[in-house]
Amino acid sequence: MFSGFMTNAWIVASVVAAVGGAVGFFVVLRGSAFVAHAVPGGSFAGAAAALLAGINTLIGLAAFSAGGALGIGLLGRRGRHDVATALALVFMLGLGALLLSFTAQDAPALESLLFGEVLGIGANQLAPTLALAAGCMAALALLWRPLLLASVLPDSASARGLAPFAVELAFLLLVAAVTTMTVPVVGTTLIFSVMIGPPAAARAFTVRPGVAVALSVAIALAVVWAAIALSFQTNWPVGFFVGSGSACAYTLSRGWTWAQSRRRRG
Amino acid sequence: MGQVLRAIVEPGFFASGLVQRAALIGALVAVVAACVGVFTVLRGQSFAGEALGDIGAAGGSSAYLAGVAPLWGFVAIAVAAAGAIELIGVRHARAAFRDLATGIVLGFGFGLAALFLYLGTIEQSTSGEPVTILFGDVFLLDSSLLPLVAGFGAVALALVLVLYRPLLLASVSGELAAARGLPVRALGALYLLALALAVALAAVTIGAILSTALLVGPAATALQLTRRPSHAIAAAAALGVAAVWLGILAAWDSYYWPPLHHGWPVSFFVVTFVLIGYIGARLWSRRSGGG
Repeated sequence: MFSGFMTNAWIVASVVAAVGGAVGFFVVLRGSAFVAHAVPGGSFAGAAAALLAGINTLIGLAAFSAGGALGIGLLGRRGRHDVATALALVFMLGLGALLLSFTAQDAPALESLLFGEVLGIGANQLAPTLALAAGCMAALALLWRPLLLASVLPDSASARGLAPFAVELAFLLLVAAVTTMTVPVVGTTLIFSVMIGPPAAARAFTVRPGVAVALSVAIALAVVWAAIALSFQTNWPVGFFVGSGSACAYTLSRGWTWAQSRRRRG
Repeated sequence: MGQVLRAIVEPGFFASGLVQRAALIGALVAVVAACVGVFTVLRGQSFAGEALGDIGAAGGSSAYLAGVAPLWGFVAIAVAAAGAIELIGVRHARAAFRDLATGIVLGFGFGLAALFLYLGTIEQSTSGEPVTILFGDVFLLDSSLLPLVAGFGAVALALVLVLYRPLLLASVSGELAAARGLPVRALGALYLLALALAVALAAVTIGAILSTALLVGPAATALQLTRRPSHAIAAAAALGVAAVWLGILAAWDSYYWPPLHHGWPVSFFVVTFVLIGYIGARLWSRRSGGG
């Protein structure tokens, strides 16, 4: 389980979990769950396009997730944000279906794009993932204060000269970068679980942002490690274990909150 | 003129039983989705609709494993997921927390979908099924589905029509509705049930992960064009049917297009027409009203 080809899987998945858990804190704080779902979902078209054109998947993913993020930002600038997100997402998914129908290979490629194949990570995927992860963490550190301010106190942020739209776009592009990095590993849809479940669980235990991010990363790592181990044992898709692990973490945290409030009352 | 028409509508289009069946079921589904969708847009619940569709993929694939019609799976799991979203998210009035609850359920549901699709692939070793469940194929619909589609659609429509006035008030202003003594929470739960049914129908037609297009797209487009809810519902239904029919026509024609001569997916065309309609309506309403 820890030898040979599995070493890459452990390294890449740990990096993905750490970055996803950290960026996810802001996803939960800003209430952007839908965007965090839509950007990776839409990037699926990019992976299909790369497959069709025969270029590196990462390039297609980067182009389409950044494009999708910008499209959501622009379409949602006025009017209903959730409608814009939904329509941008389904259009990109439809485009992905079209592109995929042009390639000869259908189902296996589709499933690995959507649900990921962490056990099949090659050594050549290691360097780009690590570089992107470092970039994401650096961007997160740079954006930390403005993003925190704009997320918690939007009015005071704009009074201080932070344009909400610029912050939103920067945040969307950050989600796009995380997507590009993680999609080849956990699939377009399951990165979402890493970005939602662990941070939401962490916020039940603490209100301090720094502690919450650390806790979120720790929970994400635990979930992903357990998922890989179980996936290795059972041969079931890793996405199933990541999804249910995240939901479990969140349920446990809700139970904890509930117990705390009961103890305080009684 | 006749030649132009013949170039657009390939020979045999209207005579084909395949097309007739697809057009009939597609139109039924589009009307139901559009009527329910107007409330989805008003309530800001696009994400819930999207999530129910995605989770439906788990239902569709497990129904396939069990050997029953996927529609049953879509309906069962969408209703169950709607219940879970309602249970987790109900205490929070803020939309952000409702989204979070939806997201948690969605993550779990997609995990299940991954599992069932995987089990389906290794057990049956037919590889086309996941693609059909996720992206749909209106030409593959069986005519035995028609009574089921009509039945579930009627239930969803009846729910929305019976609840029409209180639901409208609760959707536009929850506080006002609560002040008038309307059971806002029960209304929300019943609405979520109608949403689950509409999404399941749309999922069968254009695919689980594209179902939001029929739900939200025509409704949002119609709400750009008119402010009156009853007009918006009628316009949304018309737009939805138009998108589906145009999609079927384009997919039929695409048989003769490059690169492979095997027909482009219908769902792609439906989604594209829906998006074009929405962007067009946005531009139109900005020029005429927002100016």
